[in-house]
Amino acid sequence: MIILDKHHKNIWFKTTLIVLASALLCSCDALLQSKTDPNGIVYCSEGSPANFNPQLDTSGTTVDASSHQIYDRLIDFDPVTGDIVPALATSWLVSDDGKTYTFQLRQEVSFHNTETFSPTRYFNADDVLFSIDRWRLIDHPYHDVSGGRYPYTDSLNLGGLITQVKRLNGYRVEITLNKRESSFLANLATDFSVILSAEYADELKSRNQKELIDSIPVGTGPYQLASFRQDRYIRYTKHPKYWREIELTDKLIFDITPSSSLRLAKLLTAECDAIALPAHSELEVIRQQENLVLAEKPGFNVGFWAFNTSKPPFDNPLVRRALGMAIDKNALIEAIYFNSAVAAKNIVPRTSWAFQADVRPLNYNPIAAKKLLREQGVPEGFSMTVWAMPVQRAYNPNAMKMAELMQAYLQDVGIQVNIISYEWSTFRERLTEGLHDSVLIGWSADNGDPDNFYRPLLSCSAIKSGTNRAMWCSKEYDLLINKALEYTEISERTYFYGKANELLAEKLPLIPIAHASRYQAYRKNLDGLVINPYGGVRFAGVKKL
Amino acid sequence: MANVLLRYTNLVLVTLFILSLLSFLLAYLFPGQALENLTGLRLNELSELQNSQIKYSVDNNIFVQYWHYVGELFSGNWGVSFNTGLPLYEDVGRYLPASIELSSYALLLSFFIGLPLGFIAALRHHKLTDYSLLSVSLLGYSIPVFWLALIMILVFSLQLGWFPLSGRISLLFEIPSITGFILIDILLSDLIDKQSAFIDALRHLILPTVSIAVVTTTMIFRITRRSVIETLNSEFILAAYARGLTPTQVLMRHGVRNALIPILPLLAMQFPTLLTNAMIVESIFSWPGIGNWLIQAIYQQDYPAIRAGMLAVSVLVVIFTMSIDLIIRLTDPRRRRAERAAI
Repeated sequence: MIILDKHHKNIWFKTTLIVLASALLCSCDALLQSKTDPNGIVYCSEGSPANFNPQLDTSGTTVDASSHQIYDRLIDFDPVTGDIVPALATSWLVSDDGKTYTFQLRQEVSFHNTETFSPTRYFNADDVLFSIDRWRLIDHPYHDVSGGRYPYTDSLNLGGLITQVKRLNGYRVEITLNKRESSFLANLATDFSVILSAEYADELKSRNQKELIDSIPVGTGPYQLASFRQDRYIRYTKHPKYWREIELTDKLIFDITPSSSLRLAKLLTAECDAIALPAHSELEVIRQQENLVLAEKPGFNVGFWAFNTSKPPFDNPLVRRALGMAIDKNALIEAIYFNSAVAAKNIVPRTSWAFQADVRPLNYNPIAAKKLLREQGVPEGFSMTVWAMPVQRAYNPNAMKMAELMQAYLQDVGIQVNIISYEWSTFRERLTEGLHDSVLIGWSADNGDPDNFYRPLLSCSAIKSGTNRAMWCSKEYDLLINKALEYTEISERTYFYGKANELLAEKLPLIPIAHASRYQAYRKNLDGLVINPYGGVRFAGVKKL
Repeated sequence: MANVLLRYTNLVLVTLFILSLLSFLLAYLFPGQALENLTGLRLNELSELQNSQIKYSVDNNIFVQYWHYVGELFSGNWGVSFNTGLPLYEDVGRYLPASIELSSYALLLSFFIGLPLGFIAALRHHKLTDYSLLSVSLLGYSIPVFWLALIMILVFSLQLGWFPLSGRISLLFEIPSITGFILIDILLSDLIDKQSAFIDALRHLILPTVSIAVVTTTMIFRITRRSVIETLNSEFILAAYARGLTPTQVLMRHGVRNALIPILPLLAMQFPTLLTNAMIVESIFSWPGIGNWLIQAIYQQDYPAIRAGMLAVSVLVVIFTMSIDLIIRLTDPRRRRAERAAI
């Protein structure tokens, strides 16, 4: 009896065990398989945006989160060809004197319908007027909302350039400039020239909640903001009435992951479909993965070594040339950029139409450099400072290390180098004061127009605004680059920029070192993600296979 | 029994008083203005500040200030975070359940593994099974939890690609927060794709839960083993054998209950360790719990958040341990007798 009982018990025990085990196995199978929702894209971004209005903040994080997701511009850059293409403006006309621009606006473009705002009308000229007047007119009711600083347009003094923005009719706007400036259209196509909703602004004004315009944004873009949790995520949903006929996923999520190695890890485990800013040291890892894609594109930037030309002996072009010959650019690029950059010849990258391949290159030649230095009266053991910026930027991922390498090169020609670095904001302040002998720094362009390199980097007026790190002021150069702005035909402008390139190659106020490439890492099943060399990431037209 | 209840309530109240006092004093010990540390408002936000100035009665002496502080605590007005500007009460309410959830699953898992293994080892005392289990437990006991978590990620997420390595659930699922416990929230939600959301949440749970559970399991295993060995060596067990009961009967009727009773209070002591481990593991797995939140607050020198988070966690630990202790007092007949004898 007892034995039988035991036997029974055993059978019962075994059956339960088998049932349990098989249940466990089944669920294990389900648990181990990552099922990803094809209707959503997760992008691991590097930080929280300051707000959702790129007019107010030029940082890449804010631009990525808003510019091409929430908003549209009047005109866009084609990310592949770099041409200016229609967006909210279907066509535009430039007057013969180059001072008046007339834009024909697109009809039946809807704004986002959010929880707090239901648009009653389509996009029209009022929205364009509102968006431009907000940063242009100091007495505009929205000018001082969210701080009242518009870094991009202020730095180029676009507000001063525009004399009038006029509504001709509901779908036609005229912008008048006080002088001819051929880079104006390019500036309207940058990530910062977004179009906001005037109706939303009016409604917020009547509700006395003006500041919400930048934190709960309304735009015409492909995605609308659903929710944002600081340092955690940004959720977007599809804009169901988006005007462009383009593929959109139902959900778009920015998973905010500040650590670059964690972003890579999440990409490997398919928790992210694409990641922001892969570190240069991780590029090889990404290349080796079969299911990941590393897209590469020459970036619109330049890393350079600028001499303080207001200080002797750096005011002597021949001394600058000798110093330039003393360093081996290619070795620097290999060591600092892990070969993810191309050696620079001009200050503009190869992809720009102002690039000139036939300028005299500066070759590495320490013996000639040494001879030239002695000839110019720079003695053996002369000591100078190289300022190395303390932050990592695409155009120079490690300025400190670069400075150390240059220290060794310059030692060979009998020059003692002291490397100097401060905290980033102090660093820039002291550079503007001109306390340096030379500095390793760079520049990233915001639009495809070469003026965005020539004017801020080396014009006389840029000394005051603090972007001319060489403190170089040449009447001849200023004349050339201003002349270039007066023409609209590219062939004519190329002539002047060519002259400017020759002048720079002769005078060498700065030595361009490298143009770093831009990278985008994403999973193979993501289709349609294109690197936008002129700024923020775009998710319209991206889909999961 | 009323006496016991009263004594415990008293103890809890005194401890909570000390905790609240400490958290209040923290605002003075942290760098910066005490008022800023208490409210989280920056001094330039004047109109709001004036309001709270009245509330906290800063002009009064420190006791009056403390009195107002406690009043604000009870009304759920814990100030706002320096970093995000969000109310701390809501933040803690959002992040604390995530930590409790993680810790409870880890505790449950440890019970289901640790207890049976403890019994097996004790029944096979001085045999190979006992020794091998004991050595494995020593290993589990000595592994630092953050290292284990990283190894788990390396093996199961990055190498094998079985489990995700961050968060509670894929962000593509939007689960409305009702209870704060993700699994329950998914079941309560009206999502169409409930099942895959549930599975996704489970997938996210496994690695962090196991990482925390390893240490706790070895603790439970060792405590159980010791207790069972001691019980089985008692005289009443010998007496039971003498009455002719089979080993199974002895164990079931006399062994289990008597062995378990001393285990419970020891387990309650494990709770703070468990929570500490959970907080470490959270930051590794980017689990949106209170530990991760507190560590971020420390990085960003968000003093109001540190103060509120510390208070919330310590209150939780105190109340939890005290309640377990109380339950044991009320259920364990041996202790009750001792109580009576003492009176």
